[in-house]
Amino acid sequence: MTAQAAFHAALLDVACPVPEGLCDGSGRPAGRRYGVYRNNVAVSLRDALDTGFPATARLLGAENFAHVAGRFLRSAPPTTPVMMHYGTGFPAFLEGLAPLAHLPYLGDVARIELALRASYHAADSPVADATILQGLDETAFFEARLVLAPSVRLLRSPWPALAIWTYTLRPNSPKPLAGAQDTLILRPDFDPEPHLLPDGGFAFLEGLDRGHCLGAAMDQAGEGFDPGPTLGLLLAGGGISFIHPPKE
Amino acid sequence: MQAQSPLLPTAVGVGYKPKHFTAILADAAPVRWLEIHAENYMGDGGRPIAQLRHLAERLAISVHGVGLSIGGEGRLDPDHLARLRHLCDWLNPASFSEHLAWSTHDSHFYNDLLPLPYTAASLARVCDHIDEVQTVLRRRMLLENPSSYLAFAASTLSETDFLRAVTQRTGCGLLLDVNNVFVSATNLGYSATGYIDAIPLDQVGEIHLGGHDVDCDDHGAPLLIDSHGRAVVDPVWSLLDHTLAQSGPRPVLVEWDTDVPAWPVLMQEARRADRALGRLKVAA
Amino acid sequence: MSRSMKSAAIIGAVAASFAAYSTAASAQSQEKCFGVSLAGENDCAAGPGTTCAGTSKVDYQGNAWTLVEEGTCTEIDLPAMADGSERMGALEELERDLPTS
Repeated sequence: MTAQAAFHAALLDVACPVPEGLCDGSGRPAGRRYGVYRNNVAVSLRDALDTGFPATARLLGAENFAHVAGRFLRSAPPTTPVMMHYGTGFPAFLEGLAPLAHLPYLGDVARIELALRASYHAADSPVADATILQGLDETAFFEARLVLAPSVRLLRSPWPALAIWTYTLRPNSPKPLAGAQDTLILRPDFDPEPHLLPDGGFAFLEGLDRGHCLGAAMDQAGEGFDPGPTLGLLLAGGGISFIHPPKE
Repeated sequence: MQAQSPLLPTAVGVGYKPKHFTAILADAAPVRWLEIHAENYMGDGGRPIAQLRHLAERLAISVHGVGLSIGGEGRLDPDHLARLRHLCDWLNPASFSEHLAWSTHDSHFYNDLLPLPYTAASLARVCDHIDEVQTVLRRRMLLENPSSYLAFAASTLSETDFLRAVTQRTGCGLLLDVNNVFVSATNLGYSATGYIDAIPLDQVGEIHLGGHDVDCDDHGAPLLIDSHGRAVVDPVWSLLDHTLAQSGPRPVLVEWDTDVPAWPVLMQEARRADRALGRLKVAA
Repeated sequence: MSRSMKSAAIIGAVAASFAAYSTAASAQSQEKCFGVSLAGENDCAAGPGTTCAGTSKVDYQGNAWTLVEEGTCTEIDLPAMADGSERMGALEELERDLPTS
């Protein structure tokens, strides 16, 4: 085994003995000096998860989260030195832990946190001039395509995931009530903000995001869908980068 | 090499933290340059990059990589090198530096600066990696000495001999972290001033200062930890004076990365470093 | 809802948001935008960053663990839990944490 492979093998496993060939300044075995590196790795990755998933951390409490994060970082160390997106597998990991089975919403709350981060670091984009839509006749209007900003994120949940996120992080928020919630994340300027999507809003925006024209996206959202509130959210939050009227 | 790159001012800089953004724009003096961690500016957009563009119009920027794993046994990650190249291309920083350490093994990144034995084989590997970095980035880089908590029985070279050889073979410069020197010298029982005296100071393009924590090893001997979470201690300030007296003025950076204090507290450290540089001018 | 009503709804949304947008834009200076808002002073949306510093904190990670009753989840009471139970599950044998070497 190479020096690095031996050093690496015991890094995340405290049951593994300290590798041979490591010593202090006078040649005595390194002992807990090696533990400094173990602590650096585990604590820095655990802190990274704590920073990236503040609502999940508060939901679980500090001691539980430390355990869960410690397990996750050992099963899935980062695969890139760009730490800003670390933890993409964390929601699914939480859902797979038997002791957390009674908290089935946890994964979706963590997904909101991942999406907020992704939105924060997404590319900047122009905000479309929505008044273009007002100049179109009805046929052209329904054939127009709206390009969502790169910072827009859409999430589905069978749980009140957004209400739980809000209750956990924002003082004086109401207690979550049972029910499915879809979330729209918008980033006007630099601060991402999650919004509750009205019924049908998710399917409508998913249609737009797939490149469907306004009419087709509305059809996807169902017969009774009123696009006004969803589009109002999107426009007020700078969520549309381009509006392409149909070609003549 | 890019001839048009700006130079790092021979003055005080600080490690940039977003919470200091407004204070820096209001009055950064005596700070004349900032150092950023490259990896935190590899997103596609948003506030980090907007802030960096704004700051770069006002102050010189040093890009400090923490994840390239130059001391690693595997080859450098070409995707990561490309990201560094992209950042250096649009930002055109006054300096690029990385660490004599490894952090990636079998495509896993450990978010820490891990140590390597100093041997002919590791020297050849580190030199190959630095050649590649300097070729891809088209600029000279600075290599930083690590904080060591242990030694490798397999090492055949001293760290200073290793670093000297790297500069000779690759033409890279050095980033001399005097706190790291103090930490390693204490932890491994050698002379910190002896280390400074053995370093090719003419190759030092930047000096780092930072705070450390105090722990102890299995035998009760002091074990210092490079935590960057508190003020620089007096012996490290003395080591800075010792270094500057021989090297002459250099860009000096104060690093404070954990438990980041309010700007005025960081400025007390920056002004102390500024006074250390000022004493050289008086002496000259 | 008919197509005409839908287009009217969209035009209404456009008009309302346009008004909201122009006031928001003029109220914020560029630098204020770049800066970290006071409400989010710790800028947590940025997520984790890199480190080149060590820590003197000790990591404790045992092989077995048990959930302790803590955290905001204890205040959230939703019906139809996946496993139909309301307990904070302590499912594995408790084994105290092993400190690192």
